[in-house]
Amino acid sequence: MNRERDLGTKPTGSAEQVKLTVDGREVTVPKGTSVLAAASLAGLQIPKLCATDSLEAFGSCRLCLVEIDGRRGTPASCTTPAEAGMVVHTQTPRLLALRRGVMELYVSDHPLDCLTCSANGDCELQDVAGAVGLREVRYGNDGEQHRTAPKDESNPYFTFDSSKCIVCSRCVRACEEVQGTFALTIEGRGLSSKVATGTDDFLSSECVSCGACVQACPTATLNEKSVITLGTPTEAVETTCAYCGVGCGFRAETQGERVVRMVPSKRGQANEGHSCVKGRFAWGYATHQDRVKKPMIRARITDPWREVSWDEAFAHAAAEFRRIQASHGVDAIGGITSSRCTNEEVFLVQKLVRAGFHNNNVDTCARVCHSPTGYGLKQTFGTSAGTQDFRSVAQADVVLLIGANPTEAHPVFASRLKRRLREGAKLIVADPRRIELVRTPHVEASHHLALKPGTNVALINALAHVVVTEGLVKERYVQERCEPKDFESWARFIAEAKNSPEAMEAHTGVPAADVRAAARLYATAKNAAIYYGLGVTEHSQGSTMVMGMANLAMATGNVGRDGVGVNPLRGQNNVQGSCDMGSFPHELSGYRHVSDDATRELFEGLWNAPLSKEPGLRIPNMLDEAVGGRFKGLYVQGEDIAQSDPNTQHVVAGLEAMECVIVHDLFLNETAKYAHVFFPGSSFLEKDGTFTNAERRISRVRKVMAPLAGLADWEVTQGFARALGLPWSYQHPSEVMEEIAVLTPTFTGVSYERLDQLGSVQWPCNDKAPTGTPIMHVDRFVRGKGRFMLTEFIPTLEKSGPRFPLLLTTGRILSQYNVGAQTARTDNVTWHAEDVLEVHPFDAENRGLKTGDLVLLQSRAGETTLRAVVTEKVQPGVVYTTFHHAKTAANVVTTDYSDWATNCPEYKVTAVQVSRASEAAAFQQEDRRRDVALRQVAPGAVHASK
Amino acid sequence: MSVLTEKVMMRDWARAGQNTLSVYKQHGGYAQAKKALELSPPQIIDEVKKSQLRGRGGAGFPTGLKWSFVPSIDKNPKPRYLAINADESEPGTAKDRFILENDPHLLLEGIAIACYALNAHTCYIYSRGEFKYPSSVLDKAIADAYADGIFGKKLLGKDFELNVYQVRGAGAYICGEETALLESLEGKKGWPRLKPPFPAVVGLFGCPTVVNNVETIAALPRIFEKGAQWFSDLGLGKSGGTRLVTLSGTVNQPGTYEVAMNTTMKELIFEKEYGNGLPEGRSVKAVIPGGSSAPVLTADELDVKLEFDAFKPLQSMAGSGGIIVMDDTTCMVRCLWRVARFYAEESCGQCTPCREGQPWMTRLLRKIEEGRGTEEDLETLTNVAQAIAPWPPIGLGNTICALGDAGALPVQSFVQKFKKDFLDHISLKRCPYGDKPWGALGEFR
Repeated sequence: MNRERDLGTKPTGSAEQVKLTVDGREVTVPKGTSVLAAASLAGLQIPKLCATDSLEAFGSCRLCLVEIDGRRGTPASCTTPAEAGMVVHTQTPRLLALRRGVMELYVSDHPLDCLTCSANGDCELQDVAGAVGLREVRYGNDGEQHRTAPKDESNPYFTFDSSKCIVCSRCVRACEEVQGTFALTIEGRGLSSKVATGTDDFLSSECVSCGACVQACPTATLNEKSVITLGTPTEAVETTCAYCGVGCGFRAETQGERVVRMVPSKRGQANEGHSCVKGRFAWGYATHQDRVKKPMIRARITDPWREVSWDEAFAHAAAEFRRIQASHGVDAIGGITSSRCTNEEVFLVQKLVRAGFHNNNVDTCARVCHSPTGYGLKQTFGTSAGTQDFRSVAQADVVLLIGANPTEAHPVFASRLKRRLREGAKLIVADPRRIELVRTPHVEASHHLALKPGTNVALINALAHVVVTEGLVKERYVQERCEPKDFESWARFIAEAKNSPEAMEAHTGVPAADVRAAARLYATAKNAAIYYGLGVTEHSQGSTMVMGMANLAMATGNVGRDGVGVNPLRGQNNVQGSCDMGSFPHELSGYRHVSDDATRELFEGLWNAPLSKEPGLRIPNMLDEAVGGRFKGLYVQGEDIAQSDPNTQHVVAGLEAMECVIVHDLFLNETAKYAHVFFPGSSFLEKDGTFTNAERRISRVRKVMAPLAGLADWEVTQGFARALGLPWSYQHPSEVMEEIAVLTPTFTGVSYERLDQLGSVQWPCNDKAPTGTPIMHVDRFVRGKGRFMLTEFIPTLEKSGPRFPLLLTTGRILSQYNVGAQTARTDNVTWHAEDVLEVHPFDAENRGLKTGDLVLLQSRAGETTLRAVVTEKVQPGVVYTTFHHAKTAANVVTTDYSDWATNCPEYKVTAVQVSRASEAAAFQQEDRRRDVALRQVAPGAVHASK
Repeated sequence: MSVLTEKVMMRDWARAGQNTLSVYKQHGGYAQAKKALELSPPQIIDEVKKSQLRGRGGAGFPTGLKWSFVPSIDKNPKPRYLAINADESEPGTAKDRFILENDPHLLLEGIAIACYALNAHTCYIYSRGEFKYPSSVLDKAIADAYADGIFGKKLLGKDFELNVYQVRGAGAYICGEETALLESLEGKKGWPRLKPPFPAVVGLFGCPTVVNNVETIAALPRIFEKGAQWFSDLGLGKSGGTRLVTLSGTVNQPGTYEVAMNTTMKELIFEKEYGNGLPEGRSVKAVIPGGSSAPVLTADELDVKLEFDAFKPLQSMAGSGGIIVMDDTTCMVRCLWRVARFYAEESCGQCTPCREGQPWMTRLLRKIEEGRGTEEDLETLTNVAQAIAPWPPIGLGNTICALGDAGALPVQSFVQKFKKDFLDHISLKRCPYGDKPWGALGEFR
């Protein structure tokens, strides 16, 4: 198998070029490039073992020694910078003798079991032994040896076999430099040196299982268990991860259609060769036995499912939807697009709704996560997206992190951020919880503004108040770039005493002095950047908060260049894309309002169908309407609203009230329990398409294996559309992208050819920016002048009181993803088998709780039970849980309060009570009882790969 | 004959209470620092250059030149540090510990001068973990200096803050290597760094740092007492001042001595002020001249002067001044095996040739010493050594730091210069020295 090219040392950013001669070949390289990399660029391979181009040069294996005319000795080429006019010799008798000598030493303490070794054929030690012509090992077998060292198999995904270790430190350095976790070290000295975790084994250590060490290892010492089981891969396909919004580029390494391992790609510009435990290891769900492989229908949800052909399923679904529209009106049906599906698939679903259902009842799961981002940034800057690329954080001097927990939810971005913080950038964390980044090896936040849940706007106003009243506004920037009148009224408003840190302290609980210091730090930095997550958006004032951050960034001149900006860390792989593609009921692709006649005519012309100019229903409205009996049919692609959306009981009531629910998913999920038609979905490995990540980067998803159910998701939507009478005939997703490009001004330059050529591209990509736009609003804001918006703090109605004295806030954990549909079907459950409730010791003491106790969590919406963990990560009065596992049903407790502008649910604030429990809550018991009945498949049917 | 008539560095060691601040001050202590602080930092550096003071830690690098590598404050505004290498661990060397024990304020006064010259407001003294007593004396001295207003916000009353800390090592030889020392000071594993950049540019916590040996810095008050020219004239060639050496092995009077730069090895071994010769009936077989890492000398090479540059033609070095004398009944194989074990034990494990090579050299030496060796083994032994550091030495080995050389060069020199001992072991299939391989030293003990 061809490995990704390894130049040996990191590329330098230098524009200056130097020319040198290596083994008679002239080569020109950027100044600062190592001789090792220069030789590689000249097409020569200098033997090396401790060097790899993801890590700083280390110079310890002493294999890459070279001779340089006019220099003494044999310098290591990895640590010697190339210089103009240098004449380098990489193959001389002296060097060969030295290299053989080193290899002889290595091999003297290495088990010679190459043929049965899992890295056979994929081992750099083997390669170098071959390259230097190692033929004998003169040393005996006496003395201290490592060949009998025990193997650590504790991690579910990889093994650590110390007996094969050559102590090159690549794993240790990858853990430090690439991942930033510092879980590994070299223990001991001299020949006793060995890689160690500081605990008994990898699993019990601080290791986050990102796999950077496995990737860095040149031997079989750290090896994927999948490779040990299946053998080395033979082919590789470049694709994009389907987990979070970082959008890592991957090489799916395969044997034919079988995936052997996923290796993050250096060509992936979001991740540059790094990944997390989910993307690299948790892909087994794709072939999990729970995968549904045949379409199914049933008349009532209490009936068992009946497997049918695709044609029958399409015909049945189409007939049902047409029947509903005939009897309940055109607006009685709708669709939900999925942020896990490709842009092309999302585009087709919304097209189906608008052109086929003849209404605008389409919405997306972004509704429940980042809809306020779209709204807030559009109002202030003119674009519903983040301003930067991820690389930009390497230029930030101060990072204000609000309501985001990157080490858990966006780990690969977190590694970038930590790298920058280790270089000396300052960090301000605004979060009710003491997240890992507040203090972690070699990173410590300058300020942790531990605000009370629901008081974001109070905090951002207080920060802005300091900027305005202490003369920290970048006057010139504001004058040149922003609407003067809006600024003036905002400045007057924000300077009011009610917005001062002292006044707001009563709401936020954050000492005014801390807020003032943090504001000064942010405002006076050369480059200050805001990164935020769902802790900002999932509030009743989510949109206000987004605008508040935009105000702060504009006032301090921190938009429009490298190292600054306002950056949402988006949750799902394609949540940016699903919004871009026109998934919202009021917007066509590219965020153009459906009431805009010119835009609508453009679409109508191409689609040859009349479009409604009335915005359609949002998800919560669809459910409300369903409960009210006016909404009867729903096509849900790749989203499990019965688990992910707030107030589960209300969601279930809505679903149960519908006449035809079509679920299009990989698994019979919670929502499918209330469905009448099931279209089996295809995973990201089974189709072509594109995902758009949080930095607006459009990356290709490439087919690795055939769809298990025969059809890719875009083909399923097309089949359904054709059954509804729409004349669709796409042969390949690239044709869908062509249509998107024609219809969407920010995408006109996007094509599969260009993506293949550039690897990925950030929109806008059009004639003005043919290779895309890494950083937005550079010379002017997209809307022209930046617009300051008034952000009055209005406390949420959700308040703690005598009945519900605690505030629940929710979040995520590293090993699990969203509702767990994927990760809960992998060995990631090793780390997080169930959701737990974090309780402060003070509140635990009051309730007689200890870690491990089963507790009842009650709100006015509902109740559930889960286990408690007593920890000071949360502040007194606040409890915290995740919503990854269906059986926890955390969203039974969350309420129907939502963002005033976008209806994004207020997941982050729910007044609750916690008490000891002895059995599962009523809803859970009822749900478990019904679970079996609602998921029955008719006897004789075979849907799983048994 | 060149015997030092007037001691310079050891001048006050015999005085009772010399290691207390009061006695030190009674006899003019800290006056030289006060005098130096009247000068501008560049003037001080010029004086040090003029004095021809060279590093006493092993490499003999000109001190003033090293200081001048620190970039100017406008080029690099980061703080500067002085790190004192008191991790005296080279086998055969015991001089710095006696400075700490007998005259700690001499070092502290030197630190005051050096830090002022370098614009360094912080000095760390990294002392060897095993130095329990010397460290306690130094701690007391530092505390007294603070209490007396010498250190702290105002260095000797001048508007210049200086803080001095002692940091104890944890028993690793490698931490005497200047960059491993810096890593250790930073709280990390003592692994040497790649050079360049050198510590003067990127040192402690990424800031410009000068690392100097105890004896080097302790010489500063003397330079400012009697003048740079006087100090330079004391020496020979490009080596100013006098040297402290530690004489051990089979001599009648082992000990730490102060010698002139033009004192010869022979004089050191045989003069009654110093080694006073070997025990009756013994003759010199070999001498390790600068700590166990320095290539060995034969009895024919004893006319060498103890000045730094004099050892180069003999392919050896003045090193840390640890001079070990072996008499004619010493087994060179056994000795080398012992030396090799030390470097195998102390290899930090970072670079492959040293990590794997030093243990293999040890095993091969053991094999030869125990009479199981072959001529091929002897060849393999030199091959391994050659892979770590070339012979003849070019001052640059194949590893990141000089520990590789420190282990390999003795092997090369022992085998080159005493090959007969090795071949005898191989042909006799036993050690010809039987159970008395340590020569007369065994009888001494």
